[in-house]
Amino acid sequence: MKKIHIVILVAIAAGIMVLLSFMGDLSTYETLSSARQKAGKTVTVITQLDKNFPIEYNPAVNPNLTTFHVTDSLGNKARVVYYFEKPFDMEKSDRIVLKGKMQGEVFEISRKDGILIKCPSKYKDDPKAAYNNLSQK
Amino acid sequence: MDYIGEHLLPGQLGHFLVLLSLVASIVAFIAYFKSANAKQVDEAVSWRKIGRIAFMTDAFSVIAVFLIILYIIVQHYFEYYYAYNHSDKTLSAKFLLSSIWEGQEGSFTLWTLWHGVLGLVLIRTAKKWEAPVMAVISFAQICLATMVLGIYVFDLKVGSTPFMLTRHQFSNAPIFSQPNYLENITDGVGLNQLLQNYWMVIHPPVLFLGFASTIVPFAFAIAGLWKKEYGGWVKQALPWSLFSGAILGLGIMMGAYWAYESLSFGGYWAWDPVENASLVPWLILVAGIHTQIVYNSTGHSLRATYFFFIMQFLLVLYSTYLTRSGDLQDTSVHAFTGSGMNWQLRSLLFVFVVPALALFIARYKKIPSIAKEENSYSREFWMFIGSLVLFLSAVFIIIATSLPVINTITGSAFTIGEDKEFPYNRIQVFVAVVLGILTAVTQYLKYKNTAKATFYKKLLIPTVVALAISLSISFWGNINYNTYGPGFLAAIHLALFASVYAVIANGTYIWGGLNGKLKAAGASVAHVGFGLMLVGILISSSKKEVLSMNFLNPLNFGPEQKEKGVENLTLYQGVRTDMGKYWATYAADSVTGKKGNVTYFRIDMERKDGSERFPLYPDLIKNTKGQEGYSNNPDARHYWNKDIFVYVNASSKIQEEKDTTQFRAHEVKVGDTIFYSNGFIKLDSVTANPPSGGYYQAEAGDAGIRANLSIVTREQQKLSAHPILYVRNNEVEHVMDSVYNQGLAIALSKVIDDKHIEIRVRETSQLVPFLALKVLQFPFIRLVWLGTVLMVIGFVMSMLYRIRLLKPVGAERALRKKEPSTPPREVPTEI
Repeated sequence: MKKIHIVILVAIAAGIMVLLSFMGDLSTYETLSSARQKAGKTVTVITQLDKNFPIEYNPAVNPNLTTFHVTDSLGNKARVVYYFEKPFDMEKSDRIVLKGKMQGEVFEISRKDGILIKCPSKYKDDPKAAYNNLSQK
Repeated sequence: MDYIGEHLLPGQLGHFLVLLSLVASIVAFIAYFKSANAKQVDEAVSWRKIGRIAFMTDAFSVIAVFLIILYIIVQHYFEYYYAYNHSDKTLSAKFLLSSIWEGQEGSFTLWTLWHGVLGLVLIRTAKKWEAPVMAVISFAQICLATMVLGIYVFDLKVGSTPFMLTRHQFSNAPIFSQPNYLENITDGVGLNQLLQNYWMVIHPPVLFLGFASTIVPFAFAIAGLWKKEYGGWVKQALPWSLFSGAILGLGIMMGAYWAYESLSFGGYWAWDPVENASLVPWLILVAGIHTQIVYNSTGHSLRATYFFFIMQFLLVLYSTYLTRSGDLQDTSVHAFTGSGMNWQLRSLLFVFVVPALALFIARYKKIPSIAKEENSYSREFWMFIGSLVLFLSAVFIIIATSLPVINTITGSAFTIGEDKEFPYNRIQVFVAVVLGILTAVTQYLKYKNTAKATFYKKLLIPTVVALAISLSISFWGNINYNTYGPGFLAAIHLALFASVYAVIANGTYIWGGLNGKLKAAGASVAHVGFGLMLVGILISSSKKEVLSMNFLNPLNFGPEQKEKGVENLTLYQGVRTDMGKYWATYAADSVTGKKGNVTYFRIDMERKDGSERFPLYPDLIKNTKGQEGYSNNPDARHYWNKDIFVYVNASSKIQEEKDTTQFRAHEVKVGDTIFYSNGFIKLDSVTANPPSGGYYQAEAGDAGIRANLSIVTREQQKLSAHPILYVRNNEVEHVMDSVYNQGLAIALSKVIDDKHIEIRVRETSQLVPFLALKVLQFPFIRLVWLGTVLMVIGFVMSMLYRIRLLKPVGAERALRKKEPSTPPREVPTEI
């Protein structure tokens, strides 16, 4: 066997190990109710801001605590605690992707990048906003 | 209806030129194809002539299309949706340019423009490879032209035109029922605030030039397979692949610099899918460059070269699909959302993937390869191993990035866990170890075979020096990044050695191996840059620090809170606040900007040891594009060995509700409790004739009492307040007390009887302006940028060197005259 074959075999073996360990660490997309059943395990949930409740962030009291409420696609609701500043464009979001753990009734996010805000306006522009803009004039 | 004041000519011209570019590129493709397949010379020449004219027409058209888009934006012709939607009148000239690449149409135009320019250069320089190479590029131009076509074939939308009229985009908006509607559209929606940054003016053109240039090595490889002259193109394509490597690498790192400066990714690299999508083709391109050089010198690795050059371009197309199709929007901060062109993006991918791979597989066996394997002490063997490692690391990144696509295909629901970066870092740190060591050692090997004794002897000094340096960094550099345990920390130290080794060994090779011949030292310079970049990445990311750790507010937010969220510090205006080694003071703020949309804050920073004081001016920008909300923009102080970044995360200035709250009176006796929104206030005791304190100066003859209140917040924080009521010269005076962080103002307003007093409490969030500040420190970040610059310089040096080697005899003779003993071909021939 050639050296290069050995090297390639080793590389493939290493690659498989890497991928297996990578797969083992992957989290899964859940709904809020399936996240409740997996309390304490890190999950990813795609949600929407529940606008019936205010986003609570009072930097004068605690600049490192934001709480808000979300609804998932099945209509489940939960309160979310995020231990960082409120993302600026949160109110405008049409979707919020959360990575964190369900602790009791509260969804806890303890990493700064545990929230991904998707705004209609962020890169692709919101045709609706532009339309409204035009219609007001 | 006839509309008043519209400028329809540029749009019509633009439309026409897009169509012309489509037709011209089809003609160019057919003509070059015929020319490449022609049996007779004069037939080939006459087809080539048609091809050239057609391609020049195409290049002219796409350049003109680009200029027309620019003209429309600069003239503020808001009757065009592109100008309306991506610009406004307040933008300065350079940002008008970046308006072009805010939308997909503009960035496709930019890409096809670069193809045009590169094609023109190839027509002049590609010689006998012109026909097949230009056929491939013309084919790409056909595909890209359809992307900005914007016509409907039956019900299918083909492309999206940058010349769409606003009134067509919103054809049923009532405003367009008036012929003079333009008088009412006085300004555009504007440019995304994030793109209003100097780096966003230059990063996209450079990156797209990089993307566009990857087609050249690909086209040469396809041409080689097509014409069955398998090795004939390799030398000639080397300057092109080096050019690609330089520009794409530069473009990627400019993006990283922008991300760093605007902190929109929280650093310069976050393994965001958009970043990965451009990194992966670059890694494979670099792998291809190395095997290409191996082939030039030894005849080995030709098949690998084909594979890498084909894959890197296919991955550019795949990346384009990933970032523009909207498939990534749940995993990326910065991907485009869908544009309804997914079928077209997918087709673009398939029309290249299927024929290219089919051709490669069909001809694979015929690509010459050397049966005898490489010697273990040969340069080519280890260069190949290095390329393989680069390739595997790219494969890993692209699989992880493609999870959303994999999910769509297999119906699974996997996603990267809570920690987005570590799954990548823990793999790539080992890639860094292997690559660092290979980069250091391989230069000292010769092609074919190396005398072991000289090899070890030459390597000894650089190895010892590198060990000494990296061990001193390890021991005294205070690198104790134990977030992920001792295993990862050990890997970081190992990688640190490997990258220092790469820097030192390549640096000494310029003198030891090349006798200081800088012209031929491009590879060494690039490798030194690569090593420095790795050192910078390792140190800056393992020692990144949050300076604004919130130790001041001695708050007890619960048992776990301390580790969780303490990165923001609240500063009240004028109050000097403890921030680790610094005092930070929120001194002032002011509103500026053409639209009054920028609020600057002045933060005075002062070292506690008194060694320096400096102001920083982070700002908050009210979002344009008719949206609510704000974006923050950091300010930084750069030192030779670190950067300090300050940014404002929240401010009372942008809370718009007015302060209308009133004092509420409460009648209490000692031991009573008053509730407020965030906790309660308890009257512990009353002190008669209190001593001076706070704003109260006791004088003889005063008769006063002081209420001693303790406040317990919802977060179990314990605070106190001491309002005073006193009578001086028969006048009743009050000294209020404020609890800033609770927004409480408390007064002792009167004594009701010998047991009861009246306490007035006002709750507001606006006692004093405040802001939430985050301060980050990145040490040795300059090494990353310095390394990048060196790497790019190295690439360019090699490219120029290779171009000179390709020059016909005259230049070669000149070279020989200078260095009579070394014929140019035997000058060490790595990149």
